[in-house]
Amino acid sequence: MSLYRDEGIVLRTQKLGEADRIVTLLTHTHGKVRAVGKGVRRTSSRFGARLEPFMVVDLQLHAGRSLDIVTQVETIHAFARPICQDYAMYTAGTAMLETAERLVEAEGEPAPAQFRLLVSAVRALAEGAHSPSLVLNSYLLRALSIAGWAPSFTDCARCGAPGPHRSFAVAQGGAVCGVCRQPGATSPAQETFALLAALLSGEWGTADASDERHRREADGLVAAFLQFHLERQLRSLRLVERV
Amino acid sequence: MYEGAVQDLIDELGRLPGVGPKSAQRIAFHLLSADPTDVRRLVDALIEVKARVRFCDICGNVTQEDQCRICRDPRRSATVICVVEEPKDVVAVERTREFRGRYHVLGGAINPIAGVGPDDLRIKELLTRLASGEVTEVILATDPNVEGEATSTYLARMLVPLGLTVSRLASGLPVGGDLEYADEVTLGRAFEGRRRINA
Repeated sequence: MSLYRDEGIVLRTQKLGEADRIVTLLTHTHGKVRAVGKGVRRTSSRFGARLEPFMVVDLQLHAGRSLDIVTQVETIHAFARPICQDYAMYTAGTAMLETAERLVEAEGEPAPAQFRLLVSAVRALAEGAHSPSLVLNSYLLRALSIAGWAPSFTDCARCGAPGPHRSFAVAQGGAVCGVCRQPGATSPAQETFALLAALLSGEWGTADASDERHRREADGLVAAFLQFHLERQLRSLRLVERV
Repeated sequence: MYEGAVQDLIDELGRLPGVGPKSAQRIAFHLLSADPTDVRRLVDALIEVKARVRFCDICGNVTQEDQCRICRDPRRSATVICVVEEPKDVVAVERTREFRGRYHVLGGAINPIAGVGPDDLRIKELLTRLASGEVTEVILATDPNVEGEATSTYLARMLVPLGLTVSRLASGLPVGGDLEYADEVTLGRAFEGRRRINA
């Protein structure tokens, strides 16, 4: 497998040496890949523009000892442009990319579900049909679900007692009933529970109609839930512009 | 492994960007055999650069005085400011000889994944400069990549309501190249920013 081909979305780029970049991608069949884009920072580079964050590309890579080398790139979807033209979209988008990078920890392990989810979330963001922070929260909840940390927003996350319930406990996995409730659980509004459930299942009608106050409460709960499971701070989340 | 001072020198040189262990060794032995006055000059230059070079009070460019040469030059227009990411970009724009205004160096671009937000850049300083009312035009010359574009978007959103003329550097085809080799993103941008020709 010295030369291989895959589809991927660019998660982040870092400068390397004079004119190269290390590009971190989430690919369809090879999971997370770190590869070197040779000379991509030069203005004469033929594929520098395609190896930017948010770009979905078809690429050919040469497997190296530690880092692979990008040999060919074709654009599939150029989401970078619309996202960069809206600051709220950009900050929400970078938080998605960072989350994907953290959730798919190991390099080379296939994560097709995470890949498909990220591509559709970035597409939804770029199309601008919904508020960027709603798309972000929806993505975060679903990405966590795929990773095995699915929250529950109606039935009790501990005993399964049918909801709706009044308390929410990050450490216990979402909504909790009066019996399972532990100290430290919060009591968000019922509308916030409904919004979170809608974001998780993709009922955009309910989500779009939600109130500003409940969106803010949901932002906080989703962020707490995410950081609890990732076990560290997400750098980009603090910079997300909430509008 | 070499002994003492030679190995220390190789280790120090090896920490420089773009210098690998082999190059570090080559430079170290070159210095060892070089004329002592040449080495002295290099040492002085290194000490001098750390001791005297600072950032311009106005624009943030590198300088040895309180203000850089461009900010002190009365012949340069004070009504136009070109916003760039790094001091290296000032030199790049200067090489064009097209621009006669002044600069503002941000010190990077907004990159949330790397933890760089608007507050980590010299944006507040830019707004302070604009407050005097002398400046009428701002040219956003951040890098044409995702971070640079997003930084420009952020700045434009803040500057346009102030009633200034705000423009963004054009993106497009490199001079001297062939159209067929252009990537679709760049070519698309070239189309978007095409100019009308008045005969």
